[in-house]
Formats: sequence, C-alpha cells, structure tokens
Amino acid sequence: MEIDRRRLLALGGAAAFALTAGPVSAMTASSAQGLIQSAVDDVFKVINSGQSPARMYQQFEAVFARYADVNIIARSVLGPPARQIGDAEFAAYRSAFQGYIGRKYGKRFREFIGSQIEVEGAHPLKSYYAVDAVAYLNGRAPMDIEWHVSDKSGQVRFFNLIIEGVNMLASERAEMAAMLSRRKGDVAALTEDLKRAG
Amino acid sequence: MRHFSRSTIVLLLSCSLWVSGCATQPEMQDGILVNDPYEPENRRMHEFNKSLDAKLSGVTPDAASHDQPTRDTARMQPMDLVINMGSNLSLPGKVVNNLLQGRPGPAAGNLSRFVVNSTVGIAGMFDPAGRGMGLNETDTDFGETLAVWGVPEGAYLELPVLGPSTQRDSAGKVIDLVLDPLVYVLTPSQIAVEYGLRIGAKAGDRARFSDSVDSVLRDSADSYAQARLIYLMHRRHDVGEKGADFDPYDDPYAEAGADAGFIDPYGN
Repeated sequence: MEIDRRRLLALGGAAAFALTAGPVSAMTASSAQGLIQSAVDDVFKVINSGQSPARMYQQFEAVFARYADVNIIARSVLGPPARQIGDAEFAAYRSAFQGYIGRKYGKRFREFIGSQIEVEGAHPLKSYYAVDAVAYLNGRAPMDIEWHVSDKSGQVRFFNLIIEGVNMLASERAEMAAMLSRRKGDVAALTEDLKRAG
Repeated sequence: MRHFSRSTIVLLLSCSLWVSGCATQPEMQDGILVNDPYEPENRRMHEFNKSLDAKLSGVTPDAASHDQPTRDTARMQPMDLVINMGSNLSLPGKVVNNLLQGRPGPAAGNLSRFVVNSTVGIAGMFDPAGRGMGLNETDTDFGETLAVWGVPEGAYLELPVLGPSTQRDSAGKVIDLVLDPLVYVLTPSQIAVEYGLRIGAKAGDRARFSDSVDSVLRDSADSYAQARLIYLMHRRHDVGEKGADFDPYDDPYAEAGADAGFIDPYGN
C-alpha cells in the first residue's frame, strides 16, 4: 500500500517535472537513456558472442571507448598527478587505463551471461543525468545499476558506473592511488603496470 | 526458547556496548567516509582471510589466471541447488527483520517466496517464486534493522573468515542467529543441516562470483583498501544510507577542492 502511494507520488512528480522542465531537459534525459541502452545492447552482443575471453575484453574496451568519456575518467581517477604530467605521458596512461578497464569490467560482465539488464529511466542529477537500470540475474536478488551521463565533453557520454552502490570512480581512484604509491608516484611506471593489470 | 533468553540479553547488552564504545573521527577517503581505527589489526585479519580464501579455492594468492573458459550460468548446476536451498532457508530470518524494520511489504514478499519455493520449489531447490511469479528476495539482516533503528555504523571491522564488516553489522550477525525462527522449530540436527546448506550457499556464491572476488582480493594493488571501500559503499546502498554522511554527487562545485570534486570530474 505504501508502495502504491509512493508510486503515485513519483508519477505526479514526473508529470509536474515534464510540465515545468520543457522539451530541452526531456530530450537530454532521453538521449542519456538512449546512450546507456545502446551501450548495454553492445555489451550483451559481446557477452552472447561466445568468443574467447581475450577477444571479448578487446571488444568491451571498444564499447567503453565508444560510450564513456574515457579522458575525464582517466584524469579523475589519477587525481592531482594528472595535472603534473605532460600530454604524451597522459595519453600513454590514458590508453593503458582504457585497456585495463576493458579487461577488469569485462571479467565482471561475463558473470552476466544468462541475465538481463533493463534500462528503466533517466533523471537529472546536479549538472548531469543519472540513468537507472536493474540487472536480473538467475536466482539472485535483482541488482541496481546506475550510470552518470554528461555532455560536458561536447558529446553525450557516461563518466561513472555504480553497481549496487559500488562506485567505479571511487574504487578506481583508490586503486590508482595504491598502484601509484607502489611506484613511488611514477606515472610512467604505473602505465606499464596498467598494461598488464585488470 | 527459554534457554536462549538469558544469553540473548547478555549478547544484546555486550553488542550495544561494543557498538557505542568506540567514537573515533572518521575521515574522507576516495569520496566516502571511512571510520577505521583498528586498521592495523584489520589488515592482519585481511591477510589471514586472503590466504585462507586462496587455500580453500586452490589458487596461490599472487598467481591467479583468468582466461579460463566461462561457465554457462544459464544452465542449472548442482551447486545452484545448494545455493537455492541455503538462501531459501535464510528467508524466515529476513521476514523477521523486515517486520522489525516496519516493512510489511517486503516481509510478505519474502514469506510468500519461502512458502512457494519450499513447496512447489521442492524444499527450495528451485526458484519458481522468482522466475514465474516475480517474487524476488528482499535481502536484509539485523545489521540493516539496527541501521533503521538509528544505530550508527561504528568502526570498520574485518572479521575472521566472514571478512569485511562494521561494528553494527557484526552485532547484527550475532543477533540474526537467535532471530532465525527456524532455530525454534527445527531439531538440533535439522539446524545443523540448515546451517550447512546456508554456509554451502555462501561458498557457492563465492565460487559463482569468483572473478569479481578474485579481482578484488588478488588483483588489487591494496586489496584491503579496495575490499573496505566496496563493502562500505555497498552496505550503505543496501541500508539506504547513501546520503547519510557524504553524498559524492552532491554539489561538486561547492567543494571545488582537489579531492571533493572528483566524482563530478567536470567540476574542477
């Protein structure tokens, strides 16, 4: 009963938002949702292709490069050192980071074989959009997935992925900090490590 | 039930003392609030858990190979039966917690799920409630009940074998043992079977999500910090405490410092 009331409130809120916000915000919400829907479709195409894991990781990397703002993610998880290194050194790190994400998250996506991800909707959050989805896995409680999407790079791209509360930017920032301190702050050495990590 | 009463009171008292006993200054780390005054002890326990996990899953901690063929999760495996039965047996305790949290909807859902899967699903081996009827499990425990009741999270703890936890969640785990209604209706040997299946289900989950767990435990540069971060973020999400201490999405422009703004990377 409580849920019914909440749902009603949510519907009312959504209607009020649609009336006041006008077509511009609605278009951004739908383009944010559209981006994530295409990304999810592409990920499942890779998952269901039955290829070797190594080949799949390459394709996950390509999906990541296509739909994510890799530049801002790489910069953000590296933190302050990103501002202290040269363009070439950053580009090398960025490309190693992209491969690392393809492998690391690719491994997790493989656990989604036989499951479905339903993209449910997008809502504005601060200066960007949050796109909500639910992953239905066999015999398990459904998982909440959320993407954060922005057009500040000039194109609509996602810059964060939150699975059951676990935030990609936060965990990758912790990981980069630990890897970097192992290398005593040497970004070039971190880049070499990233090529093998994930 | 009588033989539980005195020990229950002692347990409740010691747990509440334990939870409230520690008041240290939490600090911001990687965008979330971390309260870890026992870090040196926790790290030692983490190393112990990690080597135990490696022994049990038959891999040396630093030599994991990942390019093994993917197991087809769409097909039913014997281990899935154990996972299903174990998680089915955990439902009555979850119903009690749903009720203690004042959430009759999830309580009714979990109870119906237990009834359907215990009968039609043959003692919980199969999951007709989830597949055909959309009666999915609402996961909960007494740690969440304590959170609903306003008990603070307390310090981060890494428990032997069980792994990441907090003071509040560890107290919850102890109370959950006596809140389980099955404990009062089953015979001691049936209880042993119940716990065997529930532990088996946990172990099955460990195997089923081995890539994710391995990735955290074996591939992280600092697996302790990763496990802590992931546990705290996930747990706060589950108990609905997302915005309780720090909402990383909240106005990144207001905190344009080098650390605070990273969650909205366009913010600085």
